[in-house]
Amino acid sequence: MRTAVIVFPGSNCDRDAQVALHAAFGAPPAMVWHRETDLPPLDLIVLPGGFSYGDYLRSGAMAAQSPVLRALREQAERGVLVLGICNGFQVLTEAGLLPGVLMRNAGLKFVCRDVGLVVENTESPFTRGYARGQAVTIPVAHHDGNYYADDATLDRLEGEGRVAFRYAPHDNPNGSARDIAGILNERGNVLGMMPHPERAVDKLHCGVDGQAVFTGLVEALAA
Amino acid sequence: MTALAATLDITPELVAEHGLSADEYALILEIMGREPNITELGVFSAMWSEHCSYKSSKVWLKTLPTEGPRVICGPGENAGVVDIGDGLAAVFKIESHNHPSFIEPYQGAATGVGGILRDVFTMGARPIANLNALRFGAPDHEKTRHLVSGVVAGIGGYGNCIGVPTVAGETEFHPAYNGNILVNAMTVGIADANRIFYSAAGGPGNPVVYVGSKTGRDGIHGATMASAEFDDDSDEKRPTVQVGDPFTEKLLLEACLELMATDAIVGIQDMGAAGLTSSGVEMASKGGVGVELDLDRVPMREAGMTPYELMLSESQERMLMVLKPGHEDTARAIFEKWELDFAVIGRVTDTGRLVLKFHGETVGDIEVAPLVANAPEYERPWEPTPKAPVIDAADIAAPGDPMAALKTMLGGAHLCSRRWIWEQYDHMVMADTVQRPGGDAAVVRLHGSSRGLAVTTDATPRYCLADPVEGGRQAVAEAWRNLTAVGATPLAITNNLNFGNPEKPRIMGQLAGCVTGMGEACRALAFPVVSGNVSLYNETSGEAILPTPVVGGLGLIADLERTVGVAIPGEGLDLVLVGETAGWMGSSLYLREVAGREEGAPPPVDLAAEKRNGDFVRALIEAGRVAACHDLSDGGLLVAAAEMALAGNIGAEISGPPAGLPLPGWLFGEDQARYLIACADGASVAADAAKAGVPAAIVGRTGGNTLTAAGSHTISVGELRRCHEGWLPSYMARP
Repeated sequence: MRTAVIVFPGSNCDRDAQVALHAAFGAPPAMVWHRETDLPPLDLIVLPGGFSYGDYLRSGAMAAQSPVLRALREQAERGVLVLGICNGFQVLTEAGLLPGVLMRNAGLKFVCRDVGLVVENTESPFTRGYARGQAVTIPVAHHDGNYYADDATLDRLEGEGRVAFRYAPHDNPNGSARDIAGILNERGNVLGMMPHPERAVDKLHCGVDGQAVFTGLVEALAA
Repeated sequence: MTALAATLDITPELVAEHGLSADEYALILEIMGREPNITELGVFSAMWSEHCSYKSSKVWLKTLPTEGPRVICGPGENAGVVDIGDGLAAVFKIESHNHPSFIEPYQGAATGVGGILRDVFTMGARPIANLNALRFGAPDHEKTRHLVSGVVAGIGGYGNCIGVPTVAGETEFHPAYNGNILVNAMTVGIADANRIFYSAAGGPGNPVVYVGSKTGRDGIHGATMASAEFDDDSDEKRPTVQVGDPFTEKLLLEACLELMATDAIVGIQDMGAAGLTSSGVEMASKGGVGVELDLDRVPMREAGMTPYELMLSESQERMLMVLKPGHEDTARAIFEKWELDFAVIGRVTDTGRLVLKFHGETVGDIEVAPLVANAPEYERPWEPTPKAPVIDAADIAAPGDPMAALKTMLGGAHLCSRRWIWEQYDHMVMADTVQRPGGDAAVVRLHGSSRGLAVTTDATPRYCLADPVEGGRQAVAEAWRNLTAVGATPLAITNNLNFGNPEKPRIMGQLAGCVTGMGEACRALAFPVVSGNVSLYNETSGEAILPTPVVGGLGLIADLERTVGVAIPGEGLDLVLVGETAGWMGSSLYLREVAGREEGAPPPVDLAAEKRNGDFVRALIEAGRVAACHDLSDGGLLVAAAEMALAGNIGAEISGPPAGLPLPGWLFGEDQARYLIACADGASVAADAAKAGVPAAIVGRTGGNTLTAAGSHTISVGELRRCHEGWLPSYMARP
């Protein structure tokens, strides 16, 4: 299975994603520089966390215009799996691959802590490793995680089962609409999520609740 | 030499404005053999500032132990380097950004983090942990909240973006910092032990290369500002504060590490305080060579900059390096990939002189050796601090309810949870944080291994004020103890000496005392000083801060499976108190916060007992016999037990005092060299302690959801948590 992590100037969770993918897939992902205009055939592309282009202008806005995003968009349209974590989620919304926007946290401060999540959709390749309604703990670390979309879009996301993760009741760290922590695209092959599953894959982390994202992907791609 | 002639008269006023005394100027005339021009005066001013020259502190710094079997590089380079085995070295240093942070808290603190990160990666290390030590004024002072909010946001803004976890630190409030806060930032990095990069220039003819951001007019004279007292007009100094760009620093970090993996670099030095001046002079001086710089080639942010401005700008995210001949193209390609400026701005010479060219003329020409070697060094007069009276524990009234006293302490500014602060820092990025903020020391894994580093920052300024020597000892001992409490072997320290005006004998006595105490403790605990920073003139309108010698400690953990934290992990464990409790109340937190008395001799530090007790505890942890461990410091036994209960969300019971010891002394005394450990078999631990000559006794048991002391005093863990977690968020949210 061929996996890749896109590296933008300012990405800083690229190595963390690399480690998690390597452990789950048994082989290291390709690390792809943002200036690449072509991508090799891939099964899974990860957009990692960080501050691409310094988050100047808006989080993810400049990365969404980078050369590699054109190639990524083509692959996504062909059904290749794309996982955007944190800044990666912001890039996906800015690129229009996912609906809605990620605004400044309601508390206006950067927040780094473990949060409780509820897995809402277990049909997707990203979440099949979980049980429906499963409560998990995964860290967040962001300044702009306040997910917003208009009611019609939110209703549609919910109606189509595209809310993959929700913050547990009373544990929403950023004020996101309907406690949304992660969403899927219409086709179900693109997931954006604010929490960092790659920071919860090791017994020395806060726990290993993030591991099922990666092991689920391994199973999905093997199936 | 027309340009060398002064276009501006060098008047006594101009000399004074540059922070140079008449005697110092006379020495400059002697070195130059002529009158300096304004650019040259600026170079001397920066190099001879307190900040760059350590002229008041050097005689004392020389007394500190700086060597040990693990030390690869001690003070004098960009950061200290210690051998941590397996071919790796830890590179670390702490540095202050006090003055800029008071003037402009966000940028001041942010660029403090940026500066210390550069010091570490300049040496070839990838930064893996950031720490900080913060001191603010009284909570009710009008500026305090604004400063807390800005400093914390600035530290987070920089560290979060560059992607280095901020894992530990300390924060204190005291009116003595009302007009002069302290922001000390520390970075720890990891490098191959045989690929450390130093700053010495070498090889006449080799290119001198400038990389990073462009040079602007920001921060001109920052080093001089950091060497003067504040007055009521300090806001007017805002233009001397630099502006940070963590994104550019991230690019600079990756580009430098990429270049360092090749064989291109002779020497490299970041441009920190005094910018191009100090980096150029340092590199030439260390290499015993000269440097000629063509200032027209410096990448500039704005037009019309003068040589004076170019040499003294403190624009951030810049590096100076000397490359081996023929490696310019390799280096240029790397920096262009990372979209950073790259310019050959000069060359190494064999003249031993710093020569500055601008528009084809020589605008500066200074012999480097005397500029560095003849920098003033003062043996400033000092007065020993008068001894504070020892306070008899029996004279302290017992609290009506010790739990009410505990709530006052844990629910107040000094001991409340710092969660509001560290949740604004990404403390997990790099995915190697094993022990997070809030414990005795943070623990980060050495990537891809089962080993780790423990890191902490510590100082107890109220002890230092009452007795600088004892306070100096205690700062080192507490850092050593905090590392020990997580199971680490303490290796070395970096220190940040924050004091008032050294020209006052009373202040100089504080510095002398603290350094003396630190040296004693470092020697006794085999805990050498490998890097550090001195920040003096921390005064506003004549009022000095508390003497604040911050210690940044580094320890090594051989097996991360065996590290322990403060959280009580289960019910029915014995609580064993290691170390002797005499009930020391002088300068204790209880005395200040509950009895309202800020006085008395601080607890004496018995360094032999520290070593014996700590080595015993560490061996227990390494043997897997400890479930949780906490060092006893501010607030003593009951505070330690409460913090362990809060962290584990499990209650505990603490017995009454041994015969003859008053209750406040037992529960709140701050005797040193003590640890509280939770373990399954307290009796065998106590028996082994007795064999090792270490005082230890079972003083309680874990379980339930309340904390009980001396039989009858009880509080629920939930209520404790509300006070402990409540203070800081509600303080910061006050309208």
